[in-house]
Amino acid sequence: MKQVRIDIDGQTLDVPAGISVAAAMARLRPSVRRSVSGQMRAPFCGMGICFECRVRIDGVAQQRACMTPVRDGMQVVTDG
Amino acid sequence: MKRYDLIIVGAGIIGTACADYASEQGLRVAIIEPGPIGGGATAAAMGHLVAMDDDPAELALAHYSLGLWEDFTDVAQIEYTRCGTLWVASNEAEYAHIPAKIARLAAVGVQAELIDSERLYQLEPALAPGLHGGMRVPREAVVYPPGMARHLLDRARARGASLYTQHVAALTKQGVLLDDRTALSGAVLVATGCALPQLLPQLPMRARKGHLVITDRYPGIVQHQLLELGYADSAHGDADSSVAFNVQPRPTGQILIGSSREYGSDTAQVSLPMVRRMLERTFRYLPSLRQLDALRIWTGFRPVSADGRPYLGRVPDRENVWVAAGHEGLGITTSLGSARLVIDQYLGRATAIDPHPYDPARAVASA
Amino acid sequence: MAERYDIVIVGAGPAGLAAAEAALARNARVAWLDAQATAGGQVWRKDVQHGWPQRAERVISKVLSHANLTWMPQTQVIAAEQNELLLQNERQALRIAYGALILATGARELLLPFPGWTLPGVTGAGGLQALAKQGWPLAGRRVVIAGSGPLLLAAAATAKRHGAQVLGIYEQADQTAVHAFARKLWRWPGKAIQAAMLRAQLAGIPYYYGSIVTRALGEHTLEYIEVDGPHGMQRIACDQLAIGYGLVPNVELAHMLGCAMTQEGAHPSVQVDASQRTSVANVYAAGELCGIGGRDCAWVEGRVAGITATGGTVGAALLQQQRHARKFATALGAHFKLDPYIHDLAQPDTLICRCEDVPLQALKDYDDARSAKLATRCGMGACQGRVCGTALAELGLFPRSGQRPPLFPARLATLGEFASSSDTEGSFS
Repeated sequence: MKQVRIDIDGQTLDVPAGISVAAAMARLRPSVRRSVSGQMRAPFCGMGICFECRVRIDGVAQQRACMTPVRDGMQVVTDG
Repeated sequence: MKRYDLIIVGAGIIGTACADYASEQGLRVAIIEPGPIGGGATAAAMGHLVAMDDDPAELALAHYSLGLWEDFTDVAQIEYTRCGTLWVASNEAEYAHIPAKIARLAAVGVQAELIDSERLYQLEPALAPGLHGGMRVPREAVVYPPGMARHLLDRARARGASLYTQHVAALTKQGVLLDDRTALSGAVLVATGCALPQLLPQLPMRARKGHLVITDRYPGIVQHQLLELGYADSAHGDADSSVAFNVQPRPTGQILIGSSREYGSDTAQVSLPMVRRMLERTFRYLPSLRQLDALRIWTGFRPVSADGRPYLGRVPDRENVWVAAGHEGLGITTSLGSARLVIDQYLGRATAIDPHPYDPARAVASA
Repeated sequence: MAERYDIVIVGAGPAGLAAAEAALARNARVAWLDAQATAGGQVWRKDVQHGWPQRAERVISKVLSHANLTWMPQTQVIAAEQNELLLQNERQALRIAYGALILATGARELLLPFPGWTLPGVTGAGGLQALAKQGWPLAGRRVVIAGSGPLLLAAAATAKRHGAQVLGIYEQADQTAVHAFARKLWRWPGKAIQAAMLRAQLAGIPYYYGSIVTRALGEHTLEYIEVDGPHGMQRIACDQLAIGYGLVPNVELAHMLGCAMTQEGAHPSVQVDASQRTSVANVYAAGELCGIGGRDCAWVEGRVAGITATGGTVGAALLQQQRHARKFATALGAHFKLDPYIHDLAQPDTLICRCEDVPLQALKDYDDARSAKLATRCGMGACQGRVCGTALAELGLFPRSGQRPPLFPARLATLGEFASSSDTEGSFS
């Protein structure tokens, strides 16, 4: 399967092309976002409804990771 | 029949401020509100506590009220955030007017400073290039108005004020009749904002629709409440519709975007063309906002009196009926001062500022 | 200027796909949008490892290669104004106009609060299935599937296929109810075959009836769950809990367009006639949006909508299929009713609103959704009440109110004069 290289919080990862950013992050750590009171959260609904999976992608904040396929060279910044 | 010293109709920011002060002064108070507390114009307000210097009477009331707001800075529910106001000058002429504004504010004790363009961009790097500078009012703050309305109501009720959740069907000789035929007797203070004509049709009132947009959390982009110096023209003007640059950083890190004004619409429906105009005005001053996500858009109606100043006082030709309504876009700022002005008149006491500019008789006489 | 299409279809699941195929067969110029990057919706989501299900792949390839089809992936509807839709994709905003609009926005999972539901490791059941198909690492992970409905079986099958160790399926409905449902399946041969296939795939995975997950526990991530069942309380160590209580129609766009709703139970669905017409002129709806009825029902209804929206007449055979498919929906609802116990799982400190971290106890003083929202921020976050509001409606607390634009979070540029998001210039000189 074709691989792409992405960066998550400064760590480089080679992942299969076509997977979501959420799936890529799950290979690295179990949680990606801090809730408003500081609890660690992870993707929950898997389909773009709950907004728990929001991360900064290529400089743009509040992107839903479960709705975004990985791209070669993508830079992802999480809360954790 | 239940007897009260004062029956307040409406639990928005004005009604609850009146209930708080009246109960504090030992009056037996009833407050009547069928909807959510602070659910009308109060919920659509930006919550910017601001002194505007173009109308002397308005400035006096605002200044009086802003002093009273200082007692609430620690109440969590109110989310009082002293971010300061930064008025932005887009051209030489606007910039040249600033010293006179600073002087007018200083005359009532509001401290403001002239900001040159270099300092402007140090304070707010997200502003578009080419602006001339501005006026900073560092001690001004933003609050969460429904939280304040709730807090004031809770204080009043802790002192024994009674909350009724029915509608008022009519004003009666003794007081009010509720829609379930309950009768309450006592002096009545109508604080129903845009709905004023339902009970007091003799006092002209128009509803001036506004839109608000709130973004997701993007902390650190904007520091102050930012407005264009032309904002007063929009607020005090009488155009059918107008927009003005007016943006607020919320304590959550969200950005609250206003402001629009529109007569002639009686539906709460969001008007996307109006939103477009408002946002395009916003982007002229803060172009990087284009990238941010809006979570929600909503509307509200500002209550506008015949001359734009609130009605604060006794209703002429009515024995025991008082009014506190018609604050346009300054209801939150002037709520506390308005309450004292009306209740002090009701109690026959000297008022802290001249009540004459707000006398309801002025509107009835010229109607 | 808005590009105009004969037919615009929102949603690329079975209903949308069937509608697209049918409309294209009648020579319509079709725009087909979905928020996901690939077609298939949820039930036919393209699996990164295994691709599309064969049947879906055939039709999807055929539709996507049709000359009259404009495919718009990763595109969300933001607002609607006078027969035009305001759309946004990753890079830009655009407007399109339609002769007829077919809504096939499907359903989302009913996600109900219980202690520990916010822990990393807890997802929806359909949620885990979606995550698995998009490449979520499941190999060797211990997974528990729980909640209610046939979706649990499909989720378990997908998890197993992706290498998970599925410890068990915990269905809240009791054995009598589930068996009665299974006995009815002969009437829908497609469903019966599906069930048999699933049974085969799931051989070796225990299936428990009358079992409810009451807590999820762990320090920073999920470590174990507590399940209440016919044999008492059990504690089960696991890495993922995939828990969902059925499906709820995604009515928000239809609501914004002014479509009349019907309501059986706590959640509205879009009201349609036999031609799949909604109460709004030129707006059609099909599939789960019109009531949870499963994939086959969605397919048939999508087909009907594709025909009627292009001015065609539906043959008697297809109408009969449509009626029959809808009866499955009724059976589904009847047999998987939720045990009221599930409504009481949330404790006072259990978060109800995940976006704004509002606990159940904060909501108790309020009688209506708006007062609660103004006072507690419940529903003010990014999901705009899609999770908490739906849960609260299910719990009988506050009914959901309507949806104003933006339908989903929208770039401010989209709501302005549709400048592209790369336009960041602005100057007073």
